[in-house]
Amino acid sequence: MTIGSLIRPTIVFAGLICAWQVVVMATAVPPYILPGPSSVASVFHERIDTLADNAGVTLIEILAGFAIGTIVGMASALIMTYFRPARLWLMPVLVVSQAVPVFALAPILTLWLGYGIESKIAMAVLIIYFPVTAAFYDGLRRTDPGWIDLARVMNASRSAELRHIRLPAALPALGSGLRVAAAVAPIGAVVGEWVGSSAGLGYLMLHANARVQIDLMFAALFTLAVMACVFYFAIDTIARRLTPWQTEISIEKEDP
Amino acid sequence: MNTGLSSAAAAPSIHVRDASLVYDRTFLFDRLALDISGSAWTVLLGPSGVGKTTLLRLVAGLETGASGQVESDDGAALDRRISYMAQQDLLLPWLSVRENATLGARLRGSVSNERIAAADELLARAGLTAAADLLPAACSGGMRQRAALVRTLMENRPIILMDEPFSALDAITRLQLQDIAADLLADRTVLLVTHDPLEALRLGYRIHVMSGRPARLGDAIAPVGPAPRQVTDPRLVKLQTELLAQLAEAARETAA
Repeated sequence: MTIGSLIRPTIVFAGLICAWQVVVMATAVPPYILPGPSSVASVFHERIDTLADNAGVTLIEILAGFAIGTIVGMASALIMTYFRPARLWLMPVLVVSQAVPVFALAPILTLWLGYGIESKIAMAVLIIYFPVTAAFYDGLRRTDPGWIDLARVMNASRSAELRHIRLPAALPALGSGLRVAAAVAPIGAVVGEWVGSSAGLGYLMLHANARVQIDLMFAALFTLAVMACVFYFAIDTIARRLTPWQTEISIEKEDP
Repeated sequence: MNTGLSSAAAAPSIHVRDASLVYDRTFLFDRLALDISGSAWTVLLGPSGVGKTTLLRLVAGLETGASGQVESDDGAALDRRISYMAQQDLLLPWLSVRENATLGARLRGSVSNERIAAADELLARAGLTAAADLLPAACSGGMRQRAALVRTLMENRPIILMDEPFSALDAITRLQLQDIAADLLADRTVLLVTHDPLEALRLGYRIHVMSGRPARLGDAIAPVGPAPRQVTDPRLVKLQTELLAQLAEAARETAA
């Protein structure tokens, strides 16, 4: 992390807000179509409690969905690696879980699990299950065969081989899966909220939209975007920490 | 030497009988026999694809698709008495050099302070004291291969199988590592597979050229004098000429 890597996004962000302000002033677009940055900012100030409450609900959905999806995905990958029948039976489930659009499943999940956070967590779990499972499974299967030979000659038990060789070797792949999962988990939660809910940023956006409170809608959208970004970078940082030997290599290549 | 590792008492000789490997309906070798002398270096030379590595893996008990009996002259099982070193260093990138050196103990759940002290002593003999805490990515190719040699020695097993262990190194580093290996493995039963006639002549007690399809083993060439022999030794130079002629003939036979 250099100062440059923080300054650049800040400049881009400030530039976009300026451009937004210019567009609003130049086109004299009515505020119920596109509110200016200043009116969105004042809504932030006035409705901070509403925004915070709903953001908290969405955040819980994202975190819970991410945690459950990661655990279930990792467990599936492990089982598929070690049990051939599980591989044959789970693979179609994995493919179907991606072939059916989550948007199409949302009403059913809401019907079964209700309007509370459960159906949104389920949505997030469904949407991240595939990237986590596929990435981790790939990582577990692509262990260098030389390492496995070495472990066999060293009389390692299968559990020791898993713990000391296969698992760490699969961590970079798992990290990629977790990054994708972190990026899409908010989609699952918000789609769930759109289909039917009484709280959350997705709910707040629909609600504000229906009442032509476009500035509040924008404020909710920004809150969601910031939350999703922070969540992504948090997971990205954790994934890097898990595989410090990888970071070392990439630094050498990136910045001479 | 006092490395905390009692040197293996009277390393056994190994006899391979009726080794056969069918690949694509062709016999790569058919009822091949190989005698590996106890407490000495036996070297296998031969063109690529002749089956040297397969033969070594058969002795190592790794899955090869080859069949055959592998017995030791003391009648005891070979399991847990073999240490294996490959062309790739097979260091785990997430472990430091010292942790890699004690990988066998790690995999068997028996890391102790004594083992770590023993590893430090061997690392010192291999000139790796300063590198003990580095990750493999921070080491040169020669350092990595020395670390792999230390890991192989740390197993403290009477039988050492080496599959082109030094072939990826530059000429000078290769000579240095041959010296270290000859010194530290003097009393072990070693089977070394190599492409390099000079390496074979420097280190081998018995050298066999493997050729043809199905492969046969040539009569043993036995260079005089203790290993590691000097590259400038005129007898070695003369033998190298003969050996190169044999290898050229072997390459022709095998390709035919």
